Amino acid sequence: MNAKTKRIAVLSALAALSALLSSCGDVEPKSTGAPPAMRRLTNDQYRNIIADVFGPQIVVAGQADPLLRTDGLLAVGARSARITPSGFEKFYGLARSISQLVVNEDNRDHLIPCQPASAKGADDACAQQFIAKVGRLLYRRPLLPGELDTAMKSAGLAAQTTGNFYRGLSVALSGMMTTPQFLFVVDETEPDPDQRGHIRLTAYAKASRLSFLLWNTTPHEALLNAAEKGLLHTTEGLSAQVDAMMASPRFEAGVRAFLDDFLRFDQFETLEKDSVIYPAFTVKVVEDAREQVLRTAVDHLVDRQRDYRDLFTTRQTFISGALARIYRVPTTKPSGNAWVPYEFAPDDPRVGLLTQVGFAALASHPGRSSPTLRGRAIREALLCQKVPDPPGNVDFSLFEAADLNNKTARERLTAHRTAPACAGCHKLTDPIGLGLENLDGVGQLRATENGAMIDASGDLDGITFNDAAGLGKAMRENPATTSCLVDRLTAYALGRSATAGQIVFLDYLKATFVKDGYRLPDLMRRIATSEALYAVSAPEEDAKPVQSAAAAVATGAALQEVSP
Amino acid sequence: MSILIKRPIHRRTVLKGLLGGSLVNVALPFLDCMLNDHGTALAATGSALPVRFGTWYWGMGHTPGHAIADKPQTAPGIEFLTETQALKPYASQLNFFGGFGMPLDGRSNYTHFTGWVGNRTGTIPQKEGEITNPTLDLIIADEISTGTRFKTIDASSAGIARENYSARSTESRAQAEISPVALYTRLFGPEFVDPNGANFKPDPAIMLEKSVLSAFVEESQSYAKTVGAADRERLDEYFTSIRQLEKRMALQLEKPEPNEACLVPKRPAELPPDRLAQAREMPNVIETHAIMAKLLAMAVACNQTKVFNMVFTDNFANVRKKGESYTHHLLTHSELIDSDLGYQPLAFSFNQQCSEALATYLETLSSIREGAGTLLDNCLIFASSETNYAKLHTIDGIPIYLAGKAGGRMKTGLHVVGGGDPITRVGFTAMKIMGVPLRNWGSKSLQTSKAISEVMA
Repeated sequence: MNAKTKRIAVLSALAALSALLSSCGDVEPKSTGAPPAMRRLTNDQYRNIIADVFGPQIVVAGQADPLLRTDGLLAVGARSARITPSGFEKFYGLARSISQLVVNEDNRDHLIPCQPASAKGADDACAQQFIAKVGRLLYRRPLLPGELDTAMKSAGLAAQTTGNFYRGLSVALSGMMTTPQFLFVVDETEPDPDQRGHIRLTAYAKASRLSFLLWNTTPHEALLNAAEKGLLHTTEGLSAQVDAMMASPRFEAGVRAFLDDFLRFDQFETLEKDSVIYPAFTVKVVEDAREQVLRTAVDHLVDRQRDYRDLFTTRQTFISGALARIYRVPTTKPSGNAWVPYEFAPDDPRVGLLTQVGFAALASHPGRSSPTLRGRAIREALLCQKVPDPPGNVDFSLFEAADLNNKTARERLTAHRTAPACAGCHKLTDPIGLGLENLDGVGQLRATENGAMIDASGDLDGITFNDAAGLGKAMRENPATTSCLVDRLTAYALGRSATAGQIVFLDYLKATFVKDGYRLPDLMRRIATSEALYAVSAPEEDAKPVQSAAAAVATGAALQEVSP
Repeated sequence: MSILIKRPIHRRTVLKGLLGGSLVNVALPFLDCMLNDHGTALAATGSALPVRFGTWYWGMGHTPGHAIADKPQTAPGIEFLTETQALKPYASQLNFFGGFGMPLDGRSNYTHFTGWVGNRTGTIPQKEGEITNPTLDLIIADEISTGTRFKTIDASSAGIARENYSARSTESRAQAEISPVALYTRLFGPEFVDPNGANFKPDPAIMLEKSVLSAFVEESQSYAKTVGAADRERLDEYFTSIRQLEKRMALQLEKPEPNEACLVPKRPAELPPDRLAQAREMPNVIETHAIMAKLLAMAVACNQTKVFNMVFTDNFANVRKKGESYTHHLLTHSELIDSDLGYQPLAFSFNQQCSEALATYLETLSSIREGAGTLLDNCLIFASSETNYAKLHTIDGIPIYLAGKAGGRMKTGLHVVGGGDPITRVGFTAMKIMGVPLRNWGSKSLQTSKAISEVMA
């Protein structure tokens, strides 16, 4: 056993012991932080920030490059995302169009907090008001002297050059929105006054972690003020902010963002179905299928504060006019774009999240269902279990006869589950996915396939079932179902998968999740108020500390340099 | 009136920027449109017209025995069989490479991934999704892409932006343009300067924006020192991306030389949502590809880029025929081989359409007159797939075509037999033709220092 292995073994033993002790009480165990990191904004975060800072009338016309899903989450991929030349072009284009909208005649009066002495030239005092205010929200902390100086000079010179004060502001704003300070959420650190030789996140960096976790957007004014006063470094101050944010209607946006990532719903953006085979699956259905799952989950988890596991067995949902056709629900119930609560009848085969169109259609081929894809999606997304990639040397001629002569997916897949090269993986996926075979490739109910009755029996880790409802129950009872949610939510909050030093924290969360009745908001509160969320270790290589918040506010000298 | 247009603008003045000269440091662009009277060379230097490099990708390879007739050894003459008949008119303008190997050195064959990564980066991935080395188009772009607005342009008719086979690493993979309108706007939108336009006036707004961008970059560079080493490296790439945009802006301030080959195309029509939702139906893929081919070809002719990548269908061939429940990919694994024909009929028809699309692409490039020849004559097109026979996921013998004359640097009309040599010999040859000063390329058993001399003029 080498030193590293020994260290891991010791850490694991300590983690297990600590988790045991923690599970007896309600005290967060000590865990080790990871080195500071920087995460690129997601498309949703970008849009949310613009809406929060400037209002919903400022439309973000376009998208940045999508992130690479890593360890099951885009939020983790954000930590290693790079900005390519074409990717930067997109950010630059967005920044230009947004900044022009902000200062146009329709918006300037309510978005710019002052009137310039003359609209035909520079006005440093007014420009500073705007830049400092907006910059604090965009950079998620007060601008550093150099940052303010650059923005002020840009605004001043652009205003002089063009003879237009607002053009000056637009150019400066555009510049700010292309900086790494805006595009990346950086774990800025400072010396920890309580532990000599250690670092801690700055209060503003804590505010960012909190805000992106709970609201999926930039810290709002009150949170930044709390950071400025140092309140986020105190247990009481942090709890007060968390309570206030979770009580806000905006908490829903944070939960939705996590679920969208957790359920891999970015795949909806490239989802296609054959229009001849599935004529009812329209563009509007795609949009509503995604929304239905999120709406159901938010109602269940946040509004009703119910047990997460019951999501797999609930008959309650919401339905839209477009979805009514797929579900074959009388279309008189929802009209237009309205959503109405809907409960499937006790004898309806649809039970739980897995039987909703959103899940069933996403994990299928364009023209057919796929027990393998569905089983894999359940294993990987909902149970956090990796299904090995298919081997590169499969002889597909083994399955030709099976594909040709058999009417149901079960029969066709039997060959895959019995061929030695394929059996290892197909045994992991198919017995689960076959439980959803009464749903076709877009989630419509069916009793037969090619004229043959469908047998939807299967098993999940030893629990057998006869249909989708049974699969839902098996999911509810599987320990990996709740364990996976905790793992993913923690990784989502931290922006990385847990390190060895954080396993003890995961064990604590899993134990308390049980005690809390598997309620997601309680889990989020524990993470948001934990020390582990904000813990950082020394960077992988020495990096210069960021100027402290107090020093950052002292920008007067820099401003005088650009005053006329 | 702006002070910027009160007096004539000198290039150096423009490039020096507005916020103090130290903030902007951009090299003067090389104006490679300055042709001689015959349209074959640069007037000032007498050197040849620029040679451009393009890649073209299709998924699922060929049907062995029905695409290109085998040859015992490298020789002139390519025998196009049923699947590739559409390419026959271009026999004298391309080379076919078959029989090259993809040694795995004990690593796994990640189906439909390892093949293209090994072929284009020279390195076999150790895990699914891993790209550790840059693809050859970027190596070439680093060498030749000066004086154009874009270092590379990436487009895909397969409807999936992330499925683009040009990358520097796993995390640094450019997204392809999948909308013809978006591609048009990027290439020929408001920032495009028509070389044949009557009135050129540098846009003072660009000068201003460029200077401001440079100022923010400088400020951010000091901020970059506050992050750890790995993140600093990511920021370095971010700064490189900005520098490319700055160079592009600088070029927009230059009056381009008149260019007869450049005819600004019409803006493609916006597609209705229902059509967009069926982007991967094969007729739609073909239609999108034809539009994009024209846009890319004209972008090259108009000197907007020297390196351009086109994906016809993706590596998982998620394309389909209307009403057919199996995609092209699924068909290659599930469709029964017709004993009379000797192949899978539906999968074969998709393969055939891939060859037809490549022919369309070559036709589009050769339809543009440039100097004494065609645009294709001044290009090198590297067309490849990720597998040889998709039914079996084989990656030895992946088919590759090198098309175009590369400005006279490449001989054509050859069927090159690899004899199991590493497939990197083809990419290495392409890079040598494009003037990349490499001694060798590739890792482990894929490493090669042997160009294929038979095709080098």
